[in-house]
Amino acid sequence: MSYLIECKELTAGYEGTPVVKDLSFTVSAGDYLCIVGENGSGKSTLMKTLLGLRSALSGEIIFADGLKQKEIGYLPQQTAAQKDFPATVREVVLSGCLGRKGLSPFYSKADKKLCDDNIELLGISSIAHRSYRNLSGGQQQRVLLARALCATKKLLLLDEPVSGLDPMVTAEMYEIISRLNRENGVTIIMISHDLQGALRYGTKILHMESGAYFFGTTTEYRSTDIFHAMSTCDCRCNCDHHTGSKEAQDNV
Amino acid sequence: MFEIFQSDFLIRALVVGLLVSLCAALLGVSLVLKRFSMIGDGLSHVGFGALAIASALNLAPLQVSIPIVIVAAFILLRISSNGKIKGDAAIALLSSSALAIGAIVVSQSSGTTDMNSYMFGSILAISNEDLVLSIVCSVIVIVMFVLFYNKIFAVTFDESFSKATGVKSGVYNTIIALLTALTVVVGMRIMGALLISSLIIFPALTSMRVFKSFRGVTICSALVACVSFIIGMEITYHADFPAGASVVVANLGMLIIFSLIGLIVRKRNQ
Repeated sequence: MSYLIECKELTAGYEGTPVVKDLSFTVSAGDYLCIVGENGSGKSTLMKTLLGLRSALSGEIIFADGLKQKEIGYLPQQTAAQKDFPATVREVVLSGCLGRKGLSPFYSKADKKLCDDNIELLGISSIAHRSYRNLSGGQQQRVLLARALCATKKLLLLDEPVSGLDPMVTAEMYEIISRLNRENGVTIIMISHDLQGALRYGTKILHMESGAYFFGTTTEYRSTDIFHAMSTCDCRCNCDHHTGSKEAQDNV
Repeated sequence: MFEIFQSDFLIRALVVGLLVSLCAALLGVSLVLKRFSMIGDGLSHVGFGALAIASALNLAPLQVSIPIVIVAAFILLRISSNGKIKGDAAIALLSSSALAIGAIVVSQSSGTTDMNSYMFGSILAISNEDLVLSIVCSVIVIVMFVLFYNKIFAVTFDESFSKATGVKSGVYNTIIALLTALTVVVGMRIMGALLISSLIIFPALTSMRVFKSFRGVTICSALVACVSFIIGMEITYHADFPAGASVVVANLGMLIIFSLIGLIVRKRNQ
């Protein structure tokens, strides 16, 4: 079995303080891997290391099967500056093509075609000429997802894609991601606080807690102690944020 | 209206001013959106310090101040990305220190230098040499901006995404800082150290009231900047107001007009 990403005894962190220690896991083509864990467990550090935004302290991340690090389609969390940014949906999506253009300054016909295809795929053609800042949270996430798809054909890395979305839009977002995974063969790595969503849609789980990791399929994960501890905790968190708390409790 | 073209120094001031306005407006869109509006202000104060030192030592003003301001721009960017001292505090530190040093140098030098023209600009200050240098700088800024337009957009909109997908965002941030430094130094002779940053901030904010695309805002900023500068020069010529101040007031007028237009458009769409 060939892996897209193989992470071997990775240690990563900030200025010599390791946050992630000796972590090993693999991602195969077609996986839907959810990375869950408490705040401060090193999820974002792992993500930044996967993306090459910071370098590993030790261990290695091997990209195989024709995947390059810069070909990961990344859906970051939104920044404050984007809230009032004047840019049309199409301008934002097109910028996903830039990474592989090197020094060439302008977009080609192929780039524009890819951009329009992805706009179509995510069902945002009708708002393609509207301003990004006037869209709803769910629409903005679709735009950023379309942009990420312009940068990749193989692998999406999603950082908390449903945070701040209301339950209906959250469900929609999960459906879109699931569809990309099933029908378009896009491998998904998702960092999430929403354990229920992760269990429902993901095929594999990487659970991170300082010093202790679990990596395996969703079914395996359900039978671990770490899951039982996490799911009661997750329930509390959800209550705090008034999102899906009822459902979370019912399921536990 | 065209009497303004009758004297050499006015033509020089007009050419330099228009070019600087254009460059500042282009860069301003990115700087304002990246929350770096105050960088122009910080750099102009450093420019003031550098100019004061240059004239006290009888050196060519632009050749001395351009490298100093470029260095300051690098330092400011480093500090804001490092995060130990916050960006706004760093700018305040740097600009007041440079201002203080400049003021001391001016007070101790032979008195030929005019504090007022440094602070608020003077259209008489533009020599032929300045004219050539500012044309060269402006051409560099405009060509670079057009070539890197798409990348500047990407880095401005979302730096971490750009970085993750292989756009060298550090390089483009550096280019923006470099071009800003050039523009500020060239422009502060006319606009003055205290007013040059308005050329960076006003046109971008004005255009954002009405336009919704990055391209629209960029093009509109360039036009607004040029029109405001011409209006400002007309005011200066006919009413004998200080040039820099007139240009800022013209920009303020534009901002108010565009805000009203934006308000009306939004009301209508509701």
